[in-house]
This record gives sequence, C-alpha cells and structure tokens, in this order.
Amino acid sequence: MSRFQKLPRHILPGFGLSMGYAVFYLSAIVIVPLSTIFLNTLQMDAETFFSAVSAPRVLASYRLSMTTAFFAALFDALAGMLTAWVLVRYRFPGRKLLDSLVDLPFALPTAVAGICFATLYAPGGWLGVFFEKWNLPVINTPSGIVIALVFIGFPFVVRTIQPVLEELEPEVEESAYSLGANRWQTFRKILFPHLLPALLTGTTLAFARSLGEYGSVIFIAGNLPMKTEIAPLMIMSKLDQFDYAGASAVALVLLAMSFGMLLVLNSIQSWQQKEIR
Amino acid sequence: MSIEIRNITKTFAGYTALDSVNLTVASGDLVALLGPSGCGKTTLLRIIAGLEAPDSGSIILENRDTTNLSPKEKNVGFVFQHYALFRRLTVFENVAFGLRVLPARHRPSRSEIRDRVEHLLKLVQMEWALNRYPEQLSGGQRQRVALARALAVKPRVLLLDEPFSALDAKVRQELRRWLRKLHDEIHVTSIFVTHDQEEALELADRIVVINKGKIEQEGSPQQVYDHPANAFVYNFLGNVNVFHGRLTNGVVNLGAQTSNGEHPQKGETTGKAFVRPHEIGISRIRSNESDIAGTILEIRLMGGQIGLSVASEGFEHPIEAEIPRELFRNLQLERGTGVFITFNNIRIFSGDYEI
Amino acid sequence: MTPAPRTPGRGDSPKIRIALISLTYLFFAAFVFLPLALVFAQAFQKGWQYYRESITEPFALEALKLTLLTTAIVVPLNAFFGMSAAWAVTKFHFKGKTVLKTLLDLPFAVSPVIAGLIFVLLLGSRTPLGSWLGERGITIIFSTPGIIIATLFVTFPFVARELIPLMEAQGREEEEAALTLGAGGWQIVRKITLPNIRWGLLYGMILCAARSIGEFGAVSVVSGHIRGLTNTIPLHVEILYSEYNYTASFAVSSILVFLALLTVILKGSMEKAYLKTNPQSAKNHEH
Repeated sequence: MSRFQKLPRHILPGFGLSMGYAVFYLSAIVIVPLSTIFLNTLQMDAETFFSAVSAPRVLASYRLSMTTAFFAALFDALAGMLTAWVLVRYRFPGRKLLDSLVDLPFALPTAVAGICFATLYAPGGWLGVFFEKWNLPVINTPSGIVIALVFIGFPFVVRTIQPVLEELEPEVEESAYSLGANRWQTFRKILFPHLLPALLTGTTLAFARSLGEYGSVIFIAGNLPMKTEIAPLMIMSKLDQFDYAGASAVALVLLAMSFGMLLVLNSIQSWQQKEIR
Repeated sequence: MSIEIRNITKTFAGYTALDSVNLTVASGDLVALLGPSGCGKTTLLRIIAGLEAPDSGSIILENRDTTNLSPKEKNVGFVFQHYALFRRLTVFENVAFGLRVLPARHRPSRSEIRDRVEHLLKLVQMEWALNRYPEQLSGGQRQRVALARALAVKPRVLLLDEPFSALDAKVRQELRRWLRKLHDEIHVTSIFVTHDQEEALELADRIVVINKGKIEQEGSPQQVYDHPANAFVYNFLGNVNVFHGRLTNGVVNLGAQTSNGEHPQKGETTGKAFVRPHEIGISRIRSNESDIAGTILEIRLMGGQIGLSVASEGFEHPIEAEIPRELFRNLQLERGTGVFITFNNIRIFSGDYEI
Repeated sequence: MTPAPRTPGRGDSPKIRIALISLTYLFFAAFVFLPLALVFAQAFQKGWQYYRESITEPFALEALKLTLLTTAIVVPLNAFFGMSAAWAVTKFHFKGKTVLKTLLDLPFAVSPVIAGLIFVLLLGSRTPLGSWLGERGITIIFSTPGIIIATLFVTFPFVARELIPLMEAQGREEEEAALTLGAGGWQIVRKITLPNIRWGLLYGMILCAARSIGEFGAVSVVSGHIRGLTNTIPLHVEILYSEYNYTASFAVSSILVFLALLTVILKGSMEKAYLKTNPQSAKNHEH
C-alpha cells in the first residue's frame, strides 16, 4: 500500500504549479471580487434589499434592459443568420471584407460605437434626418438602445452559426433534393433544425451580452428616468451617490439574470451534444 | 535488457484495465501483446513506459525496480500509434530531440549529434528527408522517423503502440518485414502492441495474448497457434467455425465425425467444438463413412484461397471452409454443387468462454 | 476532409442570391460602414490641423499613455495565466475540471459596470481592505492600479479561451513523446508546446489587447475620471463628447477605430496560419 501512495498521480510535469497558479489567479481576480456583491447584499436586511431592487425606477430599468436585449437578440438572430448564410454559401465581391468586419463590434471600443450611433441618429444626423421625416424618434428612446445592442450582439450569432454551416456536408442537402424536396423544404426540414442549436447559442450569447452592455448604449439612450435608463446605468448612478448597498443589490439581480442565461446556454449546449450523438 | 512485470493492476473509473498481470520478457526478444481493442494491452505498454501509473504491482527493468520512475528517467523508447512527431520540428530535429535535451555534461557535441542522427535516419531509410517537416511525409515515413527518434537515446527497451495500425495494408506489410529485419540487426528488447493476429504471428519471437485485462496465453507464435490454451486464443488467432455438439467422455460428435479425443473431461455434457476453415476437406465423392454431405451456398474469392459456405443438414449455420484455388478449379465447384466434408482437426475447450 | 470544389451556393436561384447578398450589404451599411465613415467625417470636419491638435494635446497623450501602460501590464499577466490554466486543464485529468472551465468564462457573463463595482466594493476607500491600504498610502480605486485590476478582470478569459480548445485538440502525445525522450517540464513547454500553440496564443493576446484598450464601463466605474491622471482613451472620448467637443471626440475615436480595424485584419490573416496548427484528426488512445 505504501508503494501505491508514492506513485505519481500525473505523469506530465507541472500539474501542481500550473493548477495552483491558475486557481490562485482566478480567485484573486474573479472569485474574491465577485463575492463582494454577495457579501454586501448579505449585510442588508431583507426589507432594505427589496425596497432597493423594487423601487419603480429600478424595476423600470430591469424591464427596459430585458426588453431591449430581447428585441436586439431577435434582430441579431435574423441578421446573423442571413450574414452567416451569405458568407458561407455565396461567393461575391467584398465577401472577405464583410467576413473580417463581422468581428468589428468585438474589437471596437463600446464608447466609440456609442457616440457613433448617437451622432448617426441624432436629429439632423446622417440617418436621423430620415427618421425625423418619418416621425420615428430613435435617439432617447428604447429603439435607439435596441440599435446599439444589435451592433454589439450580432457577431455572436454569426460566429456560432458559421462553423456549423461550413461543416455541413453537401451530401445531406443533395440527398434531400434527390428525394424530391424543394429548396425551401430542404432549408426548413433539414438545414434549420441542424442550425437551431447554434442559432440559439449565438442568440443567447448576444442577449446575455446586451443585458449588461453599458458603453454603447448610454450615449444614444439619453438616460431619462423611468424611460431610457438601463440596469447597468442604475448601478452607476447609485455608485455616484455613494449608495454602495443599493448598487450591490441592483447588481446582484442583474448578475442573477446573467448567470441564469449561462445556465440556459449550458443546457442548450448539452442538448446540442446529444443531437450530435 | 530483460523486463519483468509483477502483479500489475490498473483500474480506470471503476473498470479494470489490467488485473494482476505477470510477465517476463527475455533480453533481446521481440514480443507482441495481442488482444482485442480495450483489452488493456496499450495500458500495459504505457505502464512499462511510465506514461501511466499502475494501481499496484511493479515493473523491473534489468533487476531494477523502475515502477516509480518518470518516463524521463526510464530510458525507454516509445513509438506512438499516431507517431506523435513534433510538428514544428524538422525530421532532423525530431530525431535529435532526445540528445538535445540531455543535461550539458552528458550531451554529445554538435557534430556527434549530427553523425548519430544521420546514421539513424540511414538505418530507417529516411536520410533524404532530413529537413522535411512531419506533415510533408506519408504515414509509413512518419512512423520510421518516430522509430529513429525513439532509438536515438539508445533506449534499454523499445515499446511500440500499434505501430502499423494507421497505415494502409501494403505499407503495413512492408514495414512489418523491415522492422523484423531491423530488430535482428540491433537486437534491442522490444514489445509491440497489436490487435492483428497476422502481424503478431509474422513479426514476434513471442506472443502474449491478452483479454479483459488478463493474459490468456504466452508462447512462441508456433506454440500459440498450434496449441491454443483456450477457446478465446483459438478464436482470436484466426477464423473459426463453432459447433455445438455432444461431449461424451471428452469426445465430441459432429454429425458422424468425432474429435481427436484429447479433452480430459469425463461424462456426458454439451460442448463447443472449433474447426478452422482451412482444416476442412472438401470433395465431390464420399471417401469415408463419416463424411458429411452438404450443398455449396456461396463462393468467395479471397486472394489465393477460395472461401466456401456449405449448408448441411444437422448444422444450424453454414460451414465455412477455405480451399486452395487449384483444388477449387479441379473440383469444378459452383453454387448448389453437392459436396462431402471432412473435419481434419476438431478442437474442444472447456470453460464458459462465449463467442 | 478536403472541401469538395463545388459551388457553395448550390441550388439557390440567382434572384434569391442577389437579394440576400444585397440585404446583407444593406445591414452592413447601416451598422458598420456608416458608423465607420462617420467617425472619419466628423474627425476631419475642422480640418487636418484641428485633428492633429486634438490627438496630440497633453490630456489626449496622457490618456493614450495610461491606456498603453494598462495594456502592457494586463496582456502578459493574462497570457501567462491563460497558459497555466490551459496546461492544467488540457494535460491532466482531475475532478472539478468542468467547474474550473465554467469559472474561467465567468467574466464574460458579468456586466462591465458590475466588473468595476466589485473592485470599488473590495478596494474602495470605505472598505476594510481599501482603508487598510489607504493608511499605508496606497490608493487603488480612482487611480491607475484600479484601472489595471478592472481591466484584468474584463479581459481575463481571452487567452485561456483560445488555448484550451486548441490544446485539447492537439492532445498529449507530443508532450508524452518528449517525456519518454528525457525532456524536463520546461524543456517540453519551451520546445514542444509553445511552438504548437503560438498562433492561438498570439490570437488570444490580440483579443485581450483590443479589449483592454477599448474597455469603457468597468474602467469608468473605478477611474474617477481625473483628467491627465486616470483617464484612458475611451474615457477621454466620453469626456470630450459630453463637453460637446464632437470633432475632438471623434478625432480621438479615430485612433481607436484604426486599432480596431487593425485587430480585425490581423485576426483575419492569422486565421489561416492558426487553422494549420489544428491537427487534421483528433487522436485517441485506448486504455
């Protein structure tokens, strides 16, 4: 038995060192700081907590964040699907350029995106003039927020669908045609079910990202109380008033929503893996 | 360099890969670990190399217990199934790797390294590929480089994990003969893992048949093939017909034919009898009282041999036989032809082995 | 598998094809091309001279310096972490691996504002840890260290996320082979693993750098917006914009846009080299 204990558990070297460092760093940068939110809200009594998170302005901000993120994600699903399809299936001038630019929202600082959209849709702006003419205000309205969020979220959808679409073997579709299915039937019955898990994953990622987005939204939103204040902005304004407890409470609820999204994502992915098997 | 494996046991998450395995390999031998996939043979090889730690037991190399040594200290050459060449290094650098990582005081000089690598590459007939990268080589070429790389550190033992299984049939044949020749030249104690009985029979000095984490039989290819210890070994070493029959005092009756009666079991039971396809005689005329009448169901071309499926009354499944092409032509057999069958060699094994 | 040389748009009528391509271009026009064009149009509205002054005035330069400093600290730290985490996760079997992998992605699910908030709650001057540090003359929040830590959090997963799938696909065999040839741990990492993952590593570092240059929400919370001291480039953009100095704001933005375009192009051209490091077939060995 003593020999058994002497045996090295891991054959390749460096497990202790790499694992130790990774866990230490993870704790120092992520776990310990994140736990402050929970510790801070734990110190509040239930009544203060609920009054903080159920104040009308806070509730309005949650509702706004959820609905704008939802509609943005919906639009992203459509635009992302379209973009992925066109980039994978067709050859046309500028395809490589578009393909590269899909990642721009990942690389462009959110503040820059924010001021761009605010200026574009401002009254008299390049696009603002049209919306003014049609009497559809964008700036300082939820639709403005949705526009900014669409920009932020759409690469998630494209980049999750693209590889699945690329790996799809032509034989699958060809066999559908040979069995007499037309183009639309093939898409609906063969391709779409195949792409659905990736589409859901991408859309959920876009939604989760939109829930917490701050920089690109605040410029176009106008931040009118009860109307266009998003949840992250509520945290910001509580912080500006040094209401740390209130900020933590609002943040805790927002975090719970995001983690809920992570759970949804995990179940989509395990479903996807079952599909593959 | 002799290898002694004592009582090695290894489990993975509840399932037993090796169940107290004992084995001794004599110095200079080329030994095959033969068994179906998942039988534990690769695990045993990796334990000898130190790439896997056994739960219990020990590995003795030349009278020295090396069980707890890391692969780095064992000085064992290992050739991986998928070659595991370093994809960012040239062929030269791959082979030189083991020399370059030696501590400065043991490291040969640059020119010595160059000489040694060139010599080894010549030995494996790859000297022309010095500056190529692995991805520019075919599978067989990669495997030869992998072998040269393993030999560069002058290993005490050479271990090969299914070295030819990823290659196509022709290259596999070629490389097999070549490896045998190489082994006869350099004579380093070698163990290779395979699931291909032909490969084991052709290449090895000794064969170790493993099943479900246990050694079923060990011996020279001749011994193992001619005197299989049990039904598993017999079945694994080649195609075989299995018949259910009546055992009376160790003699089985198949139709009118009886086995050679070498089985010790007494009394009356049912048992299984085994007959290899090429140990079945086929003729158009009855030459013996005990011959079994049948009808040819199917004819298959199998290279030099012809495979026949013969239906016969009293036998649940068709009997599979193999006869030389010459005989096939002389007998003028066709589908539906009536033939007479003789079993030249019937074997019985006791035990509950199921096929 | 080599892709069959078939036309990828198989079966679609030209009409549908042209319609879908035009629709995609329309979407890109509204969401990508127009905003990009706008940045440069606005930046040069008052001429080249004004543009140059906007991006070379002292506050802008200070902000640039702080941003570069932050990036220079954050990227190596997270790269080193990413490599250790990937090594631990991909080269060994251990319990809790899935949990660890989930935790690595955690910062992606956290709003940037919350990312800033947690460090104010942990290290702000009113917290026990913050006041203890304050007594020793160390301020973190509303100062450069705070910006660096918040950026570390936000960019935490990028390198690990690139490396883990790559190293998982490459397997352990090359490292094991090196081990049987007598190489030590550092020799294996230096001579075998690092060359194999270099593109993935570089790629992760570029993403990490892009995000740390551009991070706004988290940094905004912890910076205190002190001009010339704790202003990063994105924060400087915001300040100029809220002061209605649009031209200067877009001028500074144009630098960030340029960097973003550079990132995107680098990424695109690296993908080819990066794909080559993936083995053609996954390797398994039998137990």
